[in-house]
Amino acid sequence: MTAADTGTPAPEAEQPDGPATGRGRLGPPPWLALFFLLPALLFLGIYVVYPILFSVYRSLWDAAGTEFVGLDNYVRMFTRADTFTALRNNVIWIAVAPAVVTVAGLIFAVLTERIRWATAFKIVVFMPMAISFLASGVIFRLVYEQDPDRGLANAAITTVQDTIAPTGAYPGANPREGAALEETAGGGYRLAEPAAPGDAVTIPLVGVSDEDLPADTEQAVEPRSAPGEVAGTVWVDFTRGGGGQEEAIDPSETGLPALRVEAVRDGQVVATATTGADGTFALTGLEGGEYTLRLPASNFSEPYNGLTWLGPTLITPSIIAAYLWVWAGFAMVLIAAGLSAIPREALEAARVDGGTEWQVFRRVTVPLLSPVLMVVFVTLMIYVLKIFDLVFVIAPGSVRADANVLALEMWQVSFGVNDQGLGSALAVFLLLLVVPAMIFQIRRFRREER
Amino acid sequence: MSAQVEPAESAEHTRSAAAGNEGAPHRSLAARLVARVGSGAVQVLLILIALFWMVPTLGLLFSSLRSPQDNASSGWWTVFTEPAQLTLRNYAVLLDNPDFVSSFGNTVLITVPSTAIIVVVASLAAYAFAWLEFPGRDWLFLGVVGLLVVPIQVALVPISSLYGGTPLYGSIPAVVLFHVGFGLPFGIFLLRNFFAAIPRDLLEAARMDGGRELTIFRRVILPLGGPAIASLGIFQFLWVWNDLLVALVFAAEASQPMTVALQSEMRQFGANIDVISAGAFLSMVVPLLVFFAFQRYFVQGVMAGAVK
Repeated sequence: MTAADTGTPAPEAEQPDGPATGRGRLGPPPWLALFFLLPALLFLGIYVVYPILFSVYRSLWDAAGTEFVGLDNYVRMFTRADTFTALRNNVIWIAVAPAVVTVAGLIFAVLTERIRWATAFKIVVFMPMAISFLASGVIFRLVYEQDPDRGLANAAITTVQDTIAPTGAYPGANPREGAALEETAGGGYRLAEPAAPGDAVTIPLVGVSDEDLPADTEQAVEPRSAPGEVAGTVWVDFTRGGGGQEEAIDPSETGLPALRVEAVRDGQVVATATTGADGTFALTGLEGGEYTLRLPASNFSEPYNGLTWLGPTLITPSIIAAYLWVWAGFAMVLIAAGLSAIPREALEAARVDGGTEWQVFRRVTVPLLSPVLMVVFVTLMIYVLKIFDLVFVIAPGSVRADANVLALEMWQVSFGVNDQGLGSALAVFLLLLVVPAMIFQIRRFRREER
Repeated sequence: MSAQVEPAESAEHTRSAAAGNEGAPHRSLAARLVARVGSGAVQVLLILIALFWMVPTLGLLFSSLRSPQDNASSGWWTVFTEPAQLTLRNYAVLLDNPDFVSSFGNTVLITVPSTAIIVVVASLAAYAFAWLEFPGRDWLFLGVVGLLVVPIQVALVPISSLYGGTPLYGSIPAVVLFHVGFGLPFGIFLLRNFFAAIPRDLLEAARMDGGRELTIFRRVILPLGGPAIASLGIFQFLWVWNDLLVALVFAAEASQPMTVALQSEMRQFGANIDVISAGAFLSMVVPLLVFFAFQRYFVQGVMAGAVK
C-alpha cells in the first residue's frame, strides 16, 4: 500500500492490452482494474449496497408497502411489546455474552500456555465453531431437557443436590386413617389436638415407600418428654407381613427420619425439630400454653427435579451458556495468538522482579494483550447483535416470545406476519447498531496499513 | 513446565515465590513446589473443561444411536452400562427418507458453487485492490472493509422483493447468489491483505517479462496465495454449509438444505428426537471432517474474520 502512491497516473498508455511497451511505465492501464473488479462490484452492489438503501426506503412505508408512514415503523418498534422484549433481550445479550466469552477465552489461552497437550485442548474447545448453530442448538436442547432422567444438566444438578442435601422427602406418605391429623392447605398435616410443653405425641404415617427410607433408619421408640418441650415420634405404622396394632408403635415398625416438625402459635412458627433415625423429635424452648404441631408440606413434596432451563425465566441465560460453548474457542485461539506474540523477556523480567503469577498476569500480560482483547470483544459484540439461529433453535415455541432477539423478531415480523415495513425498520436499526463496529474496523485497518 | 523442573539443590531458599526478589535465576524450592502443584491443578482443571466441551456432543452422538423408546425413557449415559441398546436404526430410517437425502444433496448443491464463485470473484478483486492502480482505489477498498459488518438481515426483505416474481425465487441459485454477495467483503478483505504481502519484485519481474495481467494473476498470485485462498475456501464452505437463515428465507421446499429440513422437525422435538439427533449428527460429519483435515486453514480464516 505504501509503495502504491509512487505510481504515475498521467501518461498511461491508451493502447489496448498489448505486450508491455518497454518504455519504463510498468503496470497495466487503469481500465484493466475494472475487468478484475466488475464481478465483485456487481455482487456487492446488488446484494449489499442496494439492500441497505432499499431497507431505509422501505422502512418508511407501511406493512404492505402501499402507504407512506414516515417514521411510524420506528416508533412502533419501541412501543410494540414483542419488539420491546427482543430489544431488552438484546441488551442482556450484549451486556453479558461478549464479556463472558472473552474472559473464558483469556483464561483458556493463559492456562493452555503451559501444558503439553495444549493443541488437543484447543481442538476440543474450537470444534463447536465448525458445526452449525442448528446442530449446537439440538445438542443443547438435549442437555436442557427437563426430566433429570433424560437431560444432562438436570441429571447433574439433581445428583449433586441429592449428595450434599438429601431431600428426606416422603412423597405419598399420609396419616393412618383415623389418626388425629388434619391436612393443611399446602399439602402438609397438623395434629388435631394442640399440645403443651411436657406432652408426648405419636404421629402414625403410612404410604411410605421403602426406597425413600434412609439406610440408617432405626426401629421406632416411644417418645419421652421433658419439661419445657413437646416430644414425639413419627413412625411408619405398618407391620410387614400383617399383624401389629394400628396407631401403636409395634416392635418391627421403624421411625421416619429427617422429617421436619413445627410448633405453631398464633400463626407463627415458634420451634422446629427434625426427627432422628428412630423417628423421635423434641420441640424445645417452649413456654407454657398450647401449640399446634404440624408437618410442613415440604416433607411430602416430590423430589427436586432440577431447573427449568427452557422456561421463560432461564431461557436467555441458558442460550447464552450454549453461545459460550460455541464461541469460547474463537476467543481462545485469537487470544492465544496474541499471547505468543508477547515478548518472553517482558514476562520473565516481571517474574524475576518478584511478581507472583497473578501480578504478572494482571500487570503485564493483560495490558500487553489489550488490543487483541478489544478485537475479540468487538467481534463478539457484532455477532451477538445479529444472534439468530441459537435462539431460534433452542427456545421451544412456547417461550420463543420470552427469548426473542432483534434478528429473530426481524425475521418473524418480515416473513411470519408479513409486515415488511416494520421488518425493514428493525433491519435498519440493527445496521445502525453495528456502525460503531464498522468505524472501529476501518480505523484499525488504516492504522495497520500505516 | 514440568520438563524443566530440576532436582532441588538447596533447601535454604524457603521464602515464598512472592517474597523472593533476588536477581538470581534459580527459583526457590517453595516456588518450584508451588509451580508443580499449580501445574497439576491446572491440568486437572483443563481436563474437566475439555470434558465439559466434549460431553454435549457425545450426548448427541449417543442419543442418535438409541431407539426412540430408549431415548424417551432414560438418559443417553445409560449406554455405558447397557451398550446393547446402541443401534444404527435411526440412521437407516433417515437415509431411507427421500426428503432428507434430497436436502443433503441441496446442501452440497448450495455450498460447493457458492464457495467456488466466492473464491474466484474475491481473488480477482483482491488482486486489483492489491496490485493494480486506479483512481479511488483506497477509498473503494475502505468501503469494502466497511461492508464487512453489514448484518444479513438488512438484505432479506430487499432481495426477496427483488427475487419476487422471477423464476429465481425459491431456487438453489437464489440462495447461492445471496451467499456470494455476503461472502465477498470478507473474501476480498482476506485475500487483498495476503496478496499485498507478496514481494513487489516478483510482480515487477513478471511484468518486465511481458506477462499479461491475467497470466501474472494465474502464474504468480494464485500459487503464492494458495494458503490464503484455502483459508477463505474452507471458511466459506463451512459458513454456507451451516447456514440456516438465508436458506430459511430464500429456499423453497424443493431446494431446502439440511439445516432447514431439520429445523422444521424441531417443532416436535420430544417426539422426533431420534430423527433430529441422527440428522444433526449427519449434518455435522462433513464440517467435522473438513475441520480436522484442514484445521490450520480454518483457524486462519476464522482469525482473519475477526470483526466481521
